[in-house]
Amino acid sequence: MADQSAPSDKYTVAVNRGFTKTIAKKLGLPRPAILRRYTPDAPLTVGPVLVVSDDASAGDADALAKALLAWDVDVRRSTEGAGDVRWGGVVLVGTSAESPEAVSEAVLTLGSTLRRLAGNGRVVVVSRAPEAGDSPAVAATRAGFEGFTRSVGKELRAGATANGVQLTGGAAVDSASALGTLRFFLSAKSAYVDGQVLPVGPSDTPEDLNWEQPLAGKVAVVTGAARGIGAAIARTLARDGAKVVVVDVPAAGESLAAVANEIKGTSVQLDVTADDAGTKILEATRHLGGIDILVHNAGILRDKLLANMKPAQWDAVIAVNLASQLRINEQLLAAGVEGLRIVSLASTSGIAGNKGQTNYAYSKSGVIGHTAATAPLVAQLGGTANAVAPGFIETEMTRSIPFATREVGRRIIPSLQQGGLPLDVAEAIAFLSSPVAHGVNGQVLRVCGQSMLGK
Amino acid sequence: MSTTPSPVPSTREAVIIGGNRIPFSRAGKKYVRTSNQDMFTAALEGLVARFGLQGERLGEVAGGAVLKHSKNFNLIRESVLGSSLAPTTPAYDVQQACATGLEAAIAVTNKIKLGQIESAIAGGTDTVSDAPIVVSDRLRAALLDANHAKTTGAKIKALLSVRPKDLAPATPSTGEPRTHLSMGEHQAITTAKWGISREAQDEIAYNSHQNLARAWESGFFDDLVTPFKGLTRDDNMRPDTSLEKLAKLKPVFGTKLGESATMTAGNSTPLTDGASAVLFSSREWAEERDLPILAKFVDAETAAVDFVHGHEGLLMAPAAAVPRLLARNGLTLEDIDFFEIHEAFASTVLTTLAAWEDEEYCRTELGLDGAFGKIDRSKLNVNGSSLAAGHPFAATGGRIIATAAKLVAAKAAETGRPARALISVCAAGGLGAVAVVESV
Repeated sequence: MADQSAPSDKYTVAVNRGFTKTIAKKLGLPRPAILRRYTPDAPLTVGPVLVVSDDASAGDADALAKALLAWDVDVRRSTEGAGDVRWGGVVLVGTSAESPEAVSEAVLTLGSTLRRLAGNGRVVVVSRAPEAGDSPAVAATRAGFEGFTRSVGKELRAGATANGVQLTGGAAVDSASALGTLRFFLSAKSAYVDGQVLPVGPSDTPEDLNWEQPLAGKVAVVTGAARGIGAAIARTLARDGAKVVVVDVPAAGESLAAVANEIKGTSVQLDVTADDAGTKILEATRHLGGIDILVHNAGILRDKLLANMKPAQWDAVIAVNLASQLRINEQLLAAGVEGLRIVSLASTSGIAGNKGQTNYAYSKSGVIGHTAATAPLVAQLGGTANAVAPGFIETEMTRSIPFATREVGRRIIPSLQQGGLPLDVAEAIAFLSSPVAHGVNGQVLRVCGQSMLGK
Repeated sequence: MSTTPSPVPSTREAVIIGGNRIPFSRAGKKYVRTSNQDMFTAALEGLVARFGLQGERLGEVAGGAVLKHSKNFNLIRESVLGSSLAPTTPAYDVQQACATGLEAAIAVTNKIKLGQIESAIAGGTDTVSDAPIVVSDRLRAALLDANHAKTTGAKIKALLSVRPKDLAPATPSTGEPRTHLSMGEHQAITTAKWGISREAQDEIAYNSHQNLARAWESGFFDDLVTPFKGLTRDDNMRPDTSLEKLAKLKPVFGTKLGESATMTAGNSTPLTDGASAVLFSSREWAEERDLPILAKFVDAETAAVDFVHGHEGLLMAPAAAVPRLLARNGLTLEDIDFFEIHEAFASTVLTTLAAWEDEEYCRTELGLDGAFGKIDRSKLNVNGSSLAAGHPFAATGGRIIATAAKLVAAKAAETGRPARALISVCAAGGLGAVAVVESV
C-alpha cells in the first residue's frame, strides 16, 4: 500500500533537516514540525501522559488514568518526581468543577508542563458541555474550557496539539465514546486536528474494543474515491479492517479500479447525482452483507465570483456536493439500514466563506446543516451522521493554487504552520465511522491544523 | 450439411456474472504503443475491481489476440501474472480469428459445465497500432542460416545473400492466405451476390452509431467498461453521423465490381485497438460469493464454409451455425429477444439475414425444409455493434457476450419472463461461432 504519511511539502522537510534547518532557525523563519502519523506498532503517545484535575473531578481523572494504563501508557497523576521527563501528553479533567476558581490550580499545573511537552505532544481537555438548567457559575466553568482549549492550541509548538472532549447528555467519562475520543486526540491519528472541542454523548459500549482493526467486519462505501482524499479514505478504512466499496464517476474508472485492487475492495462506476444512486449503493453492498459506513466524499469545485457565476457552475456544485448526499441518505434511510454511520465531507470554506466559492461554500455549509438534521433520524436506527471539515490539505487540487496563496493557506493560517495530508482527513473519518465513536453524532470535526478561518 | 440435432448434453449451467472492457479506440489513436498485454491486463484489472476478485484463484483465464507477437506466446498467462488475480490462476491462449473471444468463452463454459472448473474469465485483445512487424521471408531465411552456420565463413556467406529489397518489412495483413483477397473484397463479392443495397448497409451503420450512443448516454456501459489511458468512451462512435453523410462516402471494397460497389468506410468496421473480459462461473460459485448472475451461457456452435473455391462467401459460416444451434436447443428465431450479430461489415449482417429468408438457399445449403425465417429488425444490435464500437478482433466476442447478458437480464427483470440473446460472430478463414445466452 502507498505510504500515505510522507510529507509532500518540501518546505516542511527542508526546515527540519541539515543545513537548511540551521538557516531557517537563524532567519527566524516559520519552522513547521514534521507531524507524527499513525503506524500500527508505535506507542500511542510520544512519552508519559500526565492526568490533572480539579479536586471535584479527581474521581473522573482516576477513571481516565486507569483506562490509559490499560492502553500501556505511562500515566502520572502528578508532576512530582517527574524530573526532566518530556511529556507525551497532558489530560486536564474538569468534568465536575462547579466554579471558575476551582479549576485554577489544575490549569496552572497544565501550564507548568507545557515547556516540557514533547514534539507532537498532546493536550486534551475533558469537560462537560454547558446544558440547560446549569447554574450560571457551572455554565461559566464549563464554557470556559472551550476558549481555553483553543488558546492552548495556539500556544503549542513542534507539532503538539490541544483538543477537547466535551461530554454531553450525562455521558460517563469512561464511556466507550469518551475514551475513544480521548484516545483519538492523544494518538498520532489526530496529527492535523488541533483546537477542536468535540461533543461526545452517551453510547452503547461495544464488547471487546478492537483498537488495531476497529472496522473489522464492516462494509464501507466511499464516494469520489478514485483519487486524492477519497482514495486516502478508502485506504485508511481498509487498513482499519473494513471491506470498502469505492465509488466514482465512470470517467474516473481506471484509477478507481486501481484503488479497489490495491485495497482488495470493489469498484462501482456511478455518478452520485443519479436519481437511483442510493439504491445502486445498496445493491453494490448486498453481496458483502450490507452497508455499515457511508462516506460522502465526492465533491467538485467550479470557482467563480458570484457576479460572474453561470447557472451550470452553480447547479453542478450543488448537485454533486449537496443534493446527491440528501438523496442517497433518503434512499438508505427509507431502506431501513440499521446502525448506518454516515460521514460527510464539509470544508472550512463552508464555515468561513471564501471569495469565488459561493457555490462551494453554500454546498459545504449545507452539508453541515443536513448532518445536524440527519443525526437524529439515523440515531433511531442506531446510526450516526457526522461531518469532517478539512482545511488546507496537500492534494493535486491544492498544488494547482498559486504559490503565494498556497503559502498563506499552509503557513500563516493554521497553528501547525503547514497543510494537512489526505491521510489526516481519512483518520478523522475512520474514527467517526468506528464503533467507539457511536456517542459522537451530528457533529462537525475540523481537520485544519487549527486554521484561524472560521465562524 | 446435416441438420440432425446433436443431443443437448445434460450438464450443469455456466453463468455469466459480468464483463469488463476498455473503451475501443481506432488504430493509431489513443492506444498507440500500448501492447496487447497492457490492454488485456487493464481489462482484467477492471473486472477484478468490479467483483472484488483480488487474490482469487480462478479456474482459468482463456483468451487471445489475432495479431500477436511471437514473444507473447503466453499472452493471457502473462496478463494474469500482471493482474491482481492469484498467480496460481492457470491461463492459456486461444486463437480463432475474429471468433477468438467467443471461442474462448465456449471453451471455459464447457469446462464449467463439465465440473472441471468453477470459475473462469474469457476474453481477448487486439491492437493494430502495436501489431508485429515481420521481416521478409528471404531475410528471415538468411538470418536463420547464419545462426545455424558453424564457421564464420559460412555465417558471412549466409548474410551476404541478403539483398536490399529483402530488408523491407512484411506488414501485417488480414488478407486470406489462400485467396490473397482482403476480407472486404471477399465480402464485396458476397454483398453483390445477394444484391444488398448501399442504402440498406448505410442504415445498419447509422443504427449502430445511434444505438451505441444511446446506450452510452443511458449509462448502460457504466458497469461494462473501465476507462483506459484517458479514453472514457469508444472513439470510433459517431453519434452525429447521418444517412446523408454516410451516403456521400466512396466505396472502398468491390470497386472492381463496377456499378455494384456499395461498401464504404462508413459501413465497414475500422481497424481498432481494445480488450475485453467476461467472468463466468458455476451457479454455486456465484451464489457462494453472493455475486450477481446476469445470465447463463446456454450453448454454442461453430461452423466453417468453403470460401476458397468460391462456393460460399467468406463470412457466411454463422448462417449455417445458427440453425444448427437453435435446432439443438429446440428454439426458433421467434424465441430470440436480442440478435447480436457482429457487424464486420454492415453487409455481413444483411447477407446473413437474406440467406435465412431465402427458401432455396436454406434448402440446398442449410438442408432445411424451407426458409429459416425473418428476424424482427427492432431486436437487432439494439445497443450498437462493431460498426460503431469498432472491432479489435479478439476483443469483440467479450464485448458482445457482456452486452447480451446485461440485455437479457434487464429484459427478464422488466417482463418477468425469460429472455434470450443470440450471438453471432463471423471470422476469417470462413469460420463462424454462435451462441445463445439466456436470463436466469
